[in-house]
Parts: sequence; structure tokens; C-alpha cells
Amino acid sequence: MSSAASRMLPPTGRMLPPAGRLGRLRRAGTDAGSLRLIERHARAYRHAWLVFASGVFEPLLYLLSLGLGLGVLIGKVPGPGGRLVPYREFVAPGLLAVSSMNGAMYDSTFNVFFRLKYAKLYDAILATPIRPAQLALGEIGWALIRGAIYAVAFTLVMLALGLVHSPWAVLAVPGAVLIGFAFAAVGMAGTTYMKSWQDFDYVILASMPLFLFSATFYPLSVYPRPLQVIIECTPLYQGVVLLRDLVLGAPGPGLLWRAAYLAALGLAGLLVTGRRLARLLLV
Amino acid sequence: MLVRARGLTKRFEDFTAVAGIDFDLYRGEAFGFLGPNGAGKSSTMRMIGCVSPPTSGELAILGLDPVRDGSAIRARLGVVPQEDTLDVELTVRENLLVYGRYFGLPRKVIRERTAALLDFVQLADRAADKVDPLSGGLKRRLTIARSLINEPEILILDEPTTGLDPQARHVVWDRLFRLKQRGVTLILTTHYMDEAEQLCDRLVVMDHGRFAAEGSPRDLIARYCSPEVLELRFDPELHEQAGDKLKDFPAERAELLADRILLYVTDGDEALAAVRETGLEPLTSLVRRGTLEDVFLHLTGRRLED
Ligand SMILES: Nc1ncnc2c1ncn2[C@@H]1O[C@H](COP(=O)(O)OP(=O)(O)OP(=O)(O)O)[C@@H](O)[C@H]1O
Ligand SMILES: [Mg+2]
Repeated sequence: MSSAASRMLPPTGRMLPPAGRLGRLRRAGTDAGSLRLIERHARAYRHAWLVFASGVFEPLLYLLSLGLGLGVLIGKVPGPGGRLVPYREFVAPGLLAVSSMNGAMYDSTFNVFFRLKYAKLYDAILATPIRPAQLALGEIGWALIRGAIYAVAFTLVMLALGLVHSPWAVLAVPGAVLIGFAFAAVGMAGTTYMKSWQDFDYVILASMPLFLFSATFYPLSVYPRPLQVIIECTPLYQGVVLLRDLVLGAPGPGLLWRAAYLAALGLAGLLVTGRRLARLLLV
Repeated sequence: MLVRARGLTKRFEDFTAVAGIDFDLYRGEAFGFLGPNGAGKSSTMRMIGCVSPPTSGELAILGLDPVRDGSAIRARLGVVPQEDTLDVELTVRENLLVYGRYFGLPRKVIRERTAALLDFVQLADRAADKVDPLSGGLKRRLTIARSLINEPEILILDEPTTGLDPQARHVVWDRLFRLKQRGVTLILTTHYMDEAEQLCDRLVVMDHGRFAAEGSPRDLIARYCSPEVLELRFDPELHEQAGDKLKDFPAERAELLADRILLYVTDGDEALAAVRETGLEPLTSLVRRGTLEDVFLHLTGRRLED
């Protein structure tokens, strides 16, 4: 997936490989560079497997407390197309979307900032044949692999709890990865502009309202119309609806638009990140 | 020719760190950059390492253009940056394994080289340790081992032995000397004159982004230093005053350091007698032969006539 995506990328950064066919061939040959970074992360996390595993449990705890706990009090709410569904079935896909966002943001903001400014990881890597755009791709690829593992675990738990009623739910995993892609790329692009840890308040400032108001915990219909329009523009809302439609077995053509929107955000973030890393590190 | 630079310049905003330098490096030689803090040594190293695009001028490395072919050039370089950039989340051995993978080397090759390199820098017994708690000197040795994982043709060393104890420095010198014997081209910066004298076939003294002098260590000493040097140390109270007085002393040159005054003369004992005749009585005095350090001070230091 990562090497395919990198071929779609126009060259970024100031350290460009040679132009022309030969250059493109050489590029394709060394695009494995982003895989090397993923390999490095896989190795580093062997020393921190508990941190890795905790990512599985966080959304599950939410599911148990909100879905099963609160769900008993709430009863049924309007789901896709206005059809009434039990609250725990309503909230579960929303939680999957939220945890995909949070996981991606965490990887691509805090972790990337640390590697960029403190661990000097990228300085070390750019002394090797690896290029800035490959770094960006590798970081995002890693965030996606992690996100995919968590999404599979969460989907299996939904299945076990009887919250899945449609084979479309299989697509919830790639859907969750797509949400992760959008937020990881945008988060990482934002991180390249950050100067200090204080700037991370902006990350929280941006993700907290998304987390709370993107129709994750209750249907959009509770809001007045103007507010609904604003919320419909946010990527997390689109992700929540995407996953909810899939898990509850009501996919429509709108699904493609939502997916395209998230993919476009991710690609834009990826491009910006590659350029910014070159500008920050190759001085 | 491995590296060719003409009018090589690096500017940061409106500050010029490297102000148009020319040099050629040949295969198998050891080339040193000396110079005071801020002279532009690291900026030059980073341009040669293809991690810093030149602002202007020409630079060719291995016959390639560092901006266009940076990735291909870096595949053939080894770099020891001024500040360690080891991967602190990994162990000593993993640092080499992972770094080798960045070069796209097969795992089997990396494993063999890793074992040999850890022996080479005497870190084999620490292979399974985390990097973070290692002492500065051990980290430096690991960084040197890491820079060799791709069997580079050119090794760029930015202050390789800063912070090492004397034993460790000798180990590093020995290792670098062996690499040179094997045909690896060394480019290094250092603040240690003995290191430059030991390792470098040719060197340049850099100041304010320019070359103040270049040549072999022996040439430079012959060209910029007198046969003998008289070192005088006065009571700190009298230091400046003595400096003023010695300004017109008939020496080839005089150098006022923070703690000592150096007189460059043909005959040290004669000069000491002459100093005493002026009524100055140094606390201590020493007559010695000229060294590279004197050349360095002459070219970059503060002179009495300033
Ligand atoms: N990224 C940068 N942005 C702005 N100025 C820089 C940058 N890097 C270096 N400089 C400036 O360029 C000058 C030369 O720095 P450089 O690091 O090349 O010196 P150096 O000879 O390696 O010194 P030292 O012996 O202290 O390592 C310094 O004045 C430094 O402040
Ligand atoms: Mg330096």
C-alpha cells in the first residue's frame, strides 16, 4: 500500500532524485525506504509492547461503559435512514471512528514531534539514502498499520457482542484505516509547524470538539439545522457515518463521497508533510 | 577526484556561514577542517553529506550533484555527525541492524557486519544494552560503527573524538587509521591539533567561513611558525600590562592568550633573557618547538598588534 501511494506522489522536497525515466525507475526501486522506517518502529515497539497493546483496550473500555452501561438506560435511537436501533449498536461504530482518529493523531503528533525535535531520528535517517517524502509516507504507513490492528480487534469484539448485523461490516476495517489516514496525515502536517509542546494544546482544541460533537454519542438530528451543516463538514462526522452505515448494513452511494473526502484530506496532508520535513531538516 | 568544490557558499537568512570555498579531495586521503567555533566546519560537512543544499557555488561528490542525486550519494557515504543521533529506543546491536536496513542492505549482510563492527569499536559486550544509559564515549564509538555499516567510500567525521577520554581517543585514531589503510577517504573536523597532526594528510584552517590556510601539517608549521616558541605566564594582575610591554619586543610574532603570552622566536632562551632585561619577571616560562596549535592560534587568534 505504501509504495503504491508513494508512486502517486509528485516529487517533494528539495533533494530530488534525477528527473526522467531513469530517475523514476530509481525512485520506484528505493521507495522501500518508507518500509524501512516501519520496520524500525516495529522493532522499537517490541520494547514497548504494553503501550502498543493498550491501544486495543481503550476503545473497548469505552464500548463497555457507554454501549453496554449507558445503553441500558437509553433504549433505542434513530440510526441510518431514521430506523430505530439499540443504543449500543448505534454508539459502537462511532467509538471505532473516534478511536481511529485518536490513535492516528497520537502517533502523528506527539510521537512525530518527539522524533523530530528530541530523538533526532529523522536527522539520522536523512543521512542515509531515505528521502523526506519517504519518511512522511513511512510514518503514516506505521500509523495505519497500528490503526488497522486496533480496528480488527474492535470489530471482532463488536461481532462477539452481537452488535454486527451485516456483512458490510467487514468494510468497517478499511473504513477505520481511511479515517486514520486522514487524521494521521493532517496531524503530521500540523506537527511540522509546531515549535514547542505548548502547541499541542491546539491538537486537543481541535480533536476534543470533534470527539464530542460529531454525532458519535447521539444522532445529528438533536442539533439545529445550521449547526448540523457545520458538523457535516467535519471529517470525523463523515467517518462516523461511514462506519455506522457499514456496520448497521445501510451503505448508500454517499459512502463513496465520504471515503473520497477522507482520502483527499490524507493525500493533502501527506504532500504537505513531505515538503515540510525537507524544509525543516535539510537546512 | 571524490569531492570538488568551487565557490561553495552556505547562507542562513542573511548570515554567511560558508563564504565561497574551493577544495578538491582525492581518493584515499585524510582531509581535515580546523577552525574556531562557528567557523563553518559543520555547515561544510553537512553540505558534503547531502543533508544541506548549498546556497551557491559548485559541489560535486563522487562525480554527482548533491541536490539531484543526494540519495545515491548518501548510499556511499558514512557520516558521524557532531551530535550523536543514535536511536535511543533501540539496543546497541539494533542500532546497527536498523541503520543498515535504511541503506536497503540484506539482513544477513547486516548481521555479519554488525558483529564485526561491534568488535572493531570494542562494544561487543554491550550489544544487548539499551543505548540511552551508555556513556558519551561509548555512544561516540557506536556512532562510528554505525557510519561504517554500508562500507562507505567516504567517511565524514564531525569532531569524532570530542568528549572521549585519552584511551578512547587513541582507540578511535587507531580505527580511523586502519580505515584509511583500507582505502577509505576521511573528511574530518577537529579541535584537537594532535588529532589533526596524527590523522590528516592535508588540512585547512577555516575562519569566518573562509580558508585561512591549507597544506600538510608539516607545511603549515614550517610556513606559519617560528622554530621555537617561548611561553610566558604572568601574575593575572600583570598579564595585560606585560602584553602591552611585549608588543614591541623583537620577536617574529607575539600572541596574547587568555592565560599566557606566546613569543615566536628563533632562539627561546635568548628571548627569555631579553624579556627579563626589560624588567618583566614571568611566573613560569617554557621554551618549546612550534606546533600546529601555534599555526592555529596565529591564523585565527588575537594578536598583540590588533
Ligand atoms: N541552521 C542554521 N541556522 C542559522 N544559522 C546557522 C545554522 N547552522 C549553523 N549556523 C551558523 O553558522 C555558523 C557556522 O556554524 P557551524 O556549525 O558550521 O560552525 P562550526 O565550525 O562547526 O563550529 P563548532 O566548532 O562550534 O562546531 C555559526 O555562526 C552558526 O550559528
Ligand atoms: Mg561544528
